[in-house]
Formats: sequence, structure tokens, C-alpha cells
Amino acid sequence: MKYLDEFRDPDLAKRLFDEIHAITTRHWALMEVCGGQTHSIIRNGIDKLLPDKIELIHGPGCPVCVTPLEVIDKALAIAAHPNVIFCSFGDMLRVPGSGQDLFSIKSQGGDVRIVYSPLDAVKLARENPSKEVVFFGIGFETTAPANAMAVFQAKQQGLMNFSMLVSHVLVPPAIEAIMASPTNRVQAFLAAGHVCSVMGYWEYEPIAERYHVPIVVTGFEPLDVLEGIRRTVMQLEAGRAEVENAYPRAVQRQGNIPAQTILKQVFEVGERKWRGIGNIPNSGWHLRGEFRQFDAAAKFAVEDIQTQESPLCHSGEVLQGLIKPNQCPAFGKECTPRKPLGATMVSNEGACAAYYQYGRFVSLESITS
Amino acid sequence: MCLGVPGKVLETYKLHETLMGKVDFGGIIKEVCLAYVPDIQVGEYTIIHVGFAITRLDEQSAQETLALFRETGLLEEELLAADDHAAASETQPS
Ligand code: SF4
Repeated sequence: MKYLDEFRDPDLAKRLFDEIHAITTRHWALMEVCGGQTHSIIRNGIDKLLPDKIELIHGPGCPVCVTPLEVIDKALAIAAHPNVIFCSFGDMLRVPGSGQDLFSIKSQGGDVRIVYSPLDAVKLARENPSKEVVFFGIGFETTAPANAMAVFQAKQQGLMNFSMLVSHVLVPPAIEAIMASPTNRVQAFLAAGHVCSVMGYWEYEPIAERYHVPIVVTGFEPLDVLEGIRRTVMQLEAGRAEVENAYPRAVQRQGNIPAQTILKQVFEVGERKWRGIGNIPNSGWHLRGEFRQFDAAAKFAVEDIQTQESPLCHSGEVLQGLIKPNQCPAFGKECTPRKPLGATMVSNEGACAAYYQYGRFVSLESITS
Repeated sequence: MCLGVPGKVLETYKLHETLMGKVDFGGIIKEVCLAYVPDIQVGEYTIIHVGFAITRLDEQSAQETLALFRETGLLEEELLAADDHAAASETQPS
């Protein structure tokens, strides 16, 4: 167990692994829905140290990965406008659209900037009144309060030269969609800790009951992930299906109420397309009517852009746990982090990139079908 | 971008009617928005995601997480990406 040395507290890690080994009697398929957790699992070899009977499926937990290709093409079209300062989190810049990526727009003279906080983009709008400043507002519930505040402040300050390309996704409807799918193999979920810091976990309670599926709120440090897995397996082995909080130091049942208040003011729930999965009802946030003037897709008339995915890419099956990244024929061949074909290879939170980075190659012969 | 990084609140103030503050992430100091943890006091710890405090955290957990982030290089990756890039692009002719 050479990997154990790399845990912050190897003794605690060993105890958790031992307990998981001791309680596991059957095959169980668990899904994590958090790119940070996926990364932790692969980097620390958690999946290799678990009992063979426990299978971890890497779900749609990376916001960069689930952002549809056409949204990226819309971003590229907006960023190429001569009068636009296009602001984004750094990890969106390398995501290829159908032709190019934001980096190439930048190298062709486009004003594309990486910002740390969406409020940096609001500041740029204030300082550059003759420019249009557009922020690429993607992410899960963790990021949404920041983006909501940016729009809220722009409205308060009357910054009509600020707008946002919004592609926000919500986790609970995605979990429901996975459970409702006829090909579903998932028997329990690790819910993403920081998503629940914002939204709480009460929304998961009816899902756990309806689908009889354990959902354990889990942090993303290696020991947190282990504890989440231990609690999940305990529930599965006991036939329980409850929502449990294994990350109480950062999560309360009701979530962050001030954040939820602004979210409700700025966004409303609606259908959203997830890359690799398709449309999921009520799984996204859109700007409310009062904030429509900050909608970059409408402002720059890019709403009708439609895009085709690469036929070689199986990221949809990866995201739904139907195949592992190294079972995709293009993995490590046509598709690498330097030349990604699909978004699960682009972000280092994506399952394909995590497998590539930590050398999880298997020969094609060993793939069972 | 999904990560949240713990930090210690050094100072709080209002900017454009919003509660903001300076937060120390184990030596790296940044301005963050504290509007979602309105009761936070100087000296307390919070988890910051894309420049926004999303929840409080006790000091011990915060220190442990920061140490782990530093070891794995995640701290710099998460906090300095924008600045590094800005610095890099300034040195390039545009
Ligand atoms: S390896 Fe590349 S092509 Fe294959 S599923 Fe992953 S992202 Fe798509």
C-alpha cells in the first residue's frame, strides 16, 4: 500500500480502508458528482485501494466538462467581437469549440482575460465604459452565488456594458436523471460538499427516498472521500437509503441562506443541456426577466448557434458511468490533454484527463464489452 | 474551478454597498466578497470559491486543508492562475 504514505494521516486512512474492506460483502457501484473528488480519487489511488467489489463511477461533476459545445461556440463568437473584453475562469480557455478555443481567439487579437472572481469582470466594465465586458458564467451551485452577485452589482451600478453568458447547472436534477435512466448502474451517490455548502442537502432527501438511493454529502480531500465512501457502503450493506452529511465542518442542512436569497433574485430554474447527457428539465439557472438586459447570448444574437460533437468522443458514456475513460478507443491516442476531443479531457477535473494524468492506461485487449 | 480554499479574514469593509474583506490563504492575500457570510469576524476562517466566501470553517480544519493544498500545489494553481496569466500576457506583444 505505497499510496497510503501520501495521505495526510496515513493511520486514519488505513483504518478507513480496513473498515470499508471489512463491511463490504457485495458489488456496489458508487458515483461521485464532483470533479474535485474525481481528482482526489485518481491522484491518491483510492479506487485501487478499495475492495474490488466497490466500483467508483465518475459522474458529471466537472462544470467545464458539462458545458455544451454550442455554448463554447457562442463564447468564441462573442469573444471575437472587436469591442468586447471577454472574461472567463482560466479552465475554460483551452476548451475547444468546433473550430478553435478562447486562447486562439486571444492570439488572433481578441481581448480575452482570465479573472479570479466574477466581480473582477464587473470592475473591468466600470473602468472601460466604451467597451462591452462579457463574463462566461458557468458552474454548479457553488459558483452561481458569485455570478449572481456580479449581475446584481452590474444592475445596481447601472453598468449597461456588462453582460454574462450564463450556462449554470444544478446537481439534484442531474442525479434524478441518472437514476431515472433505464441504463443506470449507480446505487449510491457522494454528493459534492461545496455545492451543499451553498444549497444545503434537504433537496436530496426526496430523491434518496423516491429512488431508494443513499446520498452522502462528502468533501473532496482524500480522507473526506474515504469517509464518504465508508458511510455510503455502510448504508448499502444495511439496506438503508438516507441522506447523510459526512462533511459537517462546511455543510449545514439548510445551506447558505444569504447566497440562496440572491440566487433566487437573479436566476430562475429552467431546462439545461448537459454536454454528453442532453437536456435535463429544471437543471439549470437562467437570468430572470428583470436581468435579461445582462444576457450576453441575447445581446450578441448568438442564441441560434448549434454544434455537432466529435463522433469519436464517448464522453457522454463516461459521464454516465457506462464506460471508464480508458475504455474509449480515442483515449490517449487521438485524444490527449494537449489535443482534447471532448471536454472530459480538457479540464483537469474531467475524468478522462485525470486518468491520463495519472497514467491509467489499459490495453484495448483487456477491455470487456 | 470547483475547489474552495480556506482562508483567514484579516479585514472587512464595504465596497459598492457589498461586504468585502482581505483574506489570507497561508501567505497569499486576496480581496474577497464576504456578503454570504455577513456575521464573519476578523480572525475567523472561511472557505472561498472564485472570490466569494461560501461558508465558515473552524481554524484547525482550515489549517489542515491549507497544508494539504500547499503540498499538492493546488493552492497556487487555484489562486494565482489569473494573476500569472495576466503577468504573462503583459510581457507578450499584443
Ligand atoms: S478520451 Fe477523449 S474522446 Fe474519449 S471520451 Fe474521453 S474526452 Fe472523449
